[in-house]
Amino acid sequence: MGPNGSGKSTLSYVLSGRAGYEVTQGSATLLGQDLLDMEPEERAALGLFLAFQYPVEIPGVGNMTFLRTAVNSQRKARGEDELSAGEFLKDIRAKAKSLKIDAEMLKRPVNVGFSGGEKKRNEILQMAMLEPKMCILDETDSGLDVDAMKLVAEGVNALRSEGRSFLVITHYQRLLDHIKPDVVHIMADGRIIKSGGPELAIEVENNGYADLLAEVA
Amino acid sequence: MEAARKSALARLQAMGLPQRRDEYWKYTRPDLLITEDVAPAELLILDEAPLFDTVERLKIVFVDGVFDADASDDLSMEGVEISQLKDAPDWAQSLYGVLEENGQTPVKRPLAALNSAKATQGIVIRVFGKASKPVSLIYVRKSETSDVMLHHIIRVEKGADLTILENGPAAARLNTVMEVDIADKGAFHHVRAMGRDHARRAATHIFGRLGHESTFKSFTMTVNGKLTRNEVVLELTGDDAIAHIAGAAMGDGDFLHDDTVFITHDSLNCQSRQVFKKVLRNGATGVFQGKILVKAGAQKTDGYQMSQSLLLDGDSQFYGKPELEIYADDVLCSHGSTTGAIDDEAMFYLQSRGVSKAEAQDLLVLAFLDAAVDEIEDAAIADDIRSRLEGWLARRRD
Repeated sequence: MGPNGSGKSTLSYVLSGRAGYEVTQGSATLLGQDLLDMEPEERAALGLFLAFQYPVEIPGVGNMTFLRTAVNSQRKARGEDELSAGEFLKDIRAKAKSLKIDAEMLKRPVNVGFSGGEKKRNEILQMAMLEPKMCILDETDSGLDVDAMKLVAEGVNALRSEGRSFLVITHYQRLLDHIKPDVVHIMADGRIIKSGGPELAIEVENNGYADLLAEVA
Repeated sequence: MEAARKSALARLQAMGLPQRRDEYWKYTRPDLLITEDVAPAELLILDEAPLFDTVERLKIVFVDGVFDADASDDLSMEGVEISQLKDAPDWAQSLYGVLEENGQTPVKRPLAALNSAKATQGIVIRVFGKASKPVSLIYVRKSETSDVMLHHIIRVEKGADLTILENGPAAARLNTVMEVDIADKGAFHHVRAMGRDHARRAATHIFGRLGHESTFKSFTMTVNGKLTRNEVVLELTGDDAIAHIAGAAMGDGDFLHDDTVFITHDSLNCQSRQVFKKVLRNGATGVFQGKILVKAGAQKTDGYQMSQSLLLDGDSQFYGKPELEIYADDVLCSHGSTTGAIDDEAMFYLQSRGVSKAEAQDLLVLAFLDAAVDEIEDAAIADDIRSRLEGWLARRRD
């Protein structure tokens, strides 16, 4: 968590390898490997996943084609066998159903004409299909109504397991009622200024960031 | 027919061959299309199934521009009369050069007049009712220096329906004219793939006349070729006619593709639609000159024109000249012409999901072209075209 402009989204982009950022100091590793040296697709194959704050619309590329290409590209990069069309279809149908994503949405071009809630659910579906090790959710709750947020949270909770970490960026404690965090970090001006348990999020919800910022000033 | 040829020659002499200074040849140098000698074009040997191979069709084969009876199917099909140009029946003789001549105003098209004056090979088709399968014109090329002219005449009778497929390397230098006369409620579908030989040059012309409630739909795929100039000149002369023209072109390096279109709306409530997509890399060039002319009486015209180019590097270029000329006051005409690079946001999104940069780019290129391919009505043919576009990209990826 952290005030607007504190660098939360920037951190998520830097970690996932978006162009336009230069890392001047520090390091980032995943499973012992240096992330910063890798192309975005290599980071993804290693197990990094970013659920976008604003998922990108890609006209002309079918959602299903996109997902199968992504799944198989990652498998190939890891030296695993590609999924057959049948296996993939079975897998995606089950996962889409639990996120209330219908067959029509799978056929449509990626995120084109999707509502805000559909786009975010589609992000979670991608995460479920790709089974990453480290998931970054950048304001996945923004723009969602209560029901859609619950669906997204259920999707995330279903994926919680040993060997998989989540970094959830949010402005609202409300999401954390559904996704119970282990640790809450407060970020300001590009740095983590305070860490604590779930109670820290409640403190922010009640008092805002002013007190925390004053503490470190 | 001799009289028609003579009159075409006179037309050509009056207008002269195209020059660089001609407005309609500003972006495409005509030199290679008009030189006395034909520079050789290396033959491209392809190790793949021919296009349209799985389509049930009537095959008509030309080898280096000459009809090959042995390689062709029997020319008889129920409701369809097919003959060679040299055996053209009276109706075809009286149509020969007529639509071409009509299409010379207001823009001169000397290479089409040259074709009408000189062509001796071609096919003549008249269709009554719905043709049971497409007629497939296959252009085989065996000579490195073949200089070919073909002149086809097609008459779609009232309520009839015909699909023409065209593909094959054809020639080192190709000049074609297809005159298509569509009677009321007739439908003409056309899917074509230009030859893939890298050094080949082509100037093609389609002249169409559309009657009441008739339909004209044409799609062209172009990958490779040193120079391609595809002209489509249509006149919508009957009310409620529909004309769709689409093209998907991809060029790499020494490649120039020029789509020049002129659609005249001369009737009520007609619809025309142009969708041209070009993907250019390594210094390839794209040209689009598209015009919609809406005459004074052509109320309720619905004209749409879209020409888009994707430049994959800084060396490639695209010249667009969309034109609307409207004399009626109750019409809907929209046009757009864009030139751009691959969308960085979309690239990152795909890469962040594990798709390699090269594969992500190909996905986006195919998605870009798909709006044009989508104009093909027959799903199986459209898929065949898509697989060729994919193949072309894949060969450049490895």
